[in-house]
Amino acid sequence: MIAIIDSGIANLRSVEKGFEKVGVAARVVKEPRLLRDAAGIVLPGVGAFADGIATLKAAGFIEPLMREIESGKAILGICLGLHFLFSESEEFGLHKGLDILRGRVRRFPESVPSPVSGDGTLRLKIPHMGWNQVHLQREVPILKGIPDGSYFYFVHSYFVEPDERGVIAGITEYGIRFTSMIWRDNLFATQFHPEKSQALGLQLLANFGSLAER
Amino acid sequence: MLARRIIPCLDVKDGRVVKGTRFVDLRDAGDPAEVAERYDRDRADELVFLDITASAERRKILIEVVEKTAAMAFTPLTVGGGIRDVDDIRALLLAGADKVSLNTAAVQRPNLIREAAERFGSQCIVLAIDAKRKGIRVQGSGFRERPDHEPSTMNAEPEWEVYIHGGRTPTGLDAVAWADQGVSLGSGEILLTSMDCDGTREGYDLDLTAAVAEQVDVPVIASGGAGTVEHLYEALAIGKADAALAASIFHFGEISVPEAKTYLSQRGIPVRL
Repeated sequence: MIAIIDSGIANLRSVEKGFEKVGVAARVVKEPRLLRDAAGIVLPGVGAFADGIATLKAAGFIEPLMREIESGKAILGICLGLHFLFSESEEFGLHKGLDILRGRVRRFPESVPSPVSGDGTLRLKIPHMGWNQVHLQREVPILKGIPDGSYFYFVHSYFVEPDERGVIAGITEYGIRFTSMIWRDNLFATQFHPEKSQALGLQLLANFGSLAER
Repeated sequence: MLARRIIPCLDVKDGRVVKGTRFVDLRDAGDPAEVAERYDRDRADELVFLDITASAERRKILIEVVEKTAAMAFTPLTVGGGIRDVDDIRALLLAGADKVSLNTAAVQRPNLIREAAERFGSQCIVLAIDAKRKGIRVQGSGFRERPDHEPSTMNAEPEWEVYIHGGRTPTGLDAVAWADQGVSLGSGEILLTSMDCDGTREGYDLDLTAAVAEQVDVPVIASGGAGTVEHLYEALAIGKADAALAASIFHFGEISVPEAKTYLSQRGIPVRL
């Protein structure tokens, strides 16, 4: 069974239904003690960083989650769930994250240099919203059967900047090149939403399910 | 590269899709979840449900529709129509909507946008604007003549007025200024419908679309007037919209989403094929 951590107001139904669609048992859990018996853990998240961390803390998820990560259990962070893994975030002030991966969460710049535009800059619309390509930096087990450069659904205004280049698994371009997927040992996390990315997103969930259940 | 989006829009009344759909092989062509699943397979980039239910039961019915759809379709879903307050928004998001669109309630109480964005994040708060052109017709711009309006001056920049209550009530608000204000209050996206073009199938109001797209720093969805794939191209290339929404061309089977995207791709628009 895959445990999906209930981190407050986030829409977790589609993550749960996504696993169901590909035949992987998964359920949303509100109680931290249920993480121990899960084959894998999904850390989703929508909303603001500080609220999300506070909610996880208040519900008592942080220590049990850290324990499961150390034990080698398969973990999948999604969107804000990716951000949580890092040292700190600059979303609405500077906030501490779980610090499992060193690095920070930063906001997209409002404009970027562009040689083709009139005044030499290109305005970026924020949030980065819609379907964008993920360029793989290496072979990732949960992307089995998914071609390099595939489109996934994104909606976010902040992105992660890992200190260690080695954890970067996927890169996406939006004015700048940013890390859209990380992988270290048992720890996977995506900036995009597999549960909103149609067939390829479901493929990713299925891959994660079989890796966790193994 | 970020793809431009193609978004089919479904009118939902009493829990049923009321405009036709091209999917002749559906068991039940009026079931929103079943239609959504087919658009999911067709690689539509997002879906919009517009609830036009008038009954007092509307909220309960809509929640059930959204729940069922979210269980079957893994495509981003925006739900709009009759949303009045933060509780309405919360219920829809919990049911599985990814975004909600606010229209009349936001004009009546602009602070609703701020409250909703602070609570749920700007990314899920779409400001829907129904706009109608004031003044005179410009040759070849693809909108209908409105002889009942006094022309302002011959060379004036076009202006558009915001209407609410499904297009029945003028507000006196300027559409471009209202879009700008909505974004300042926290809207993460603008769904912009030209009332002049809606239903004509003669093309989007490209001046309106470009005016708003150039003004705001959030994505703009062009809506109203799509009749051909060429019109989708114009909305994205000339109107500078981030996404094009259409209803009838997809529902009546004249063109499928994959066919539209193939055409756009051939004309150099980045799309997800």
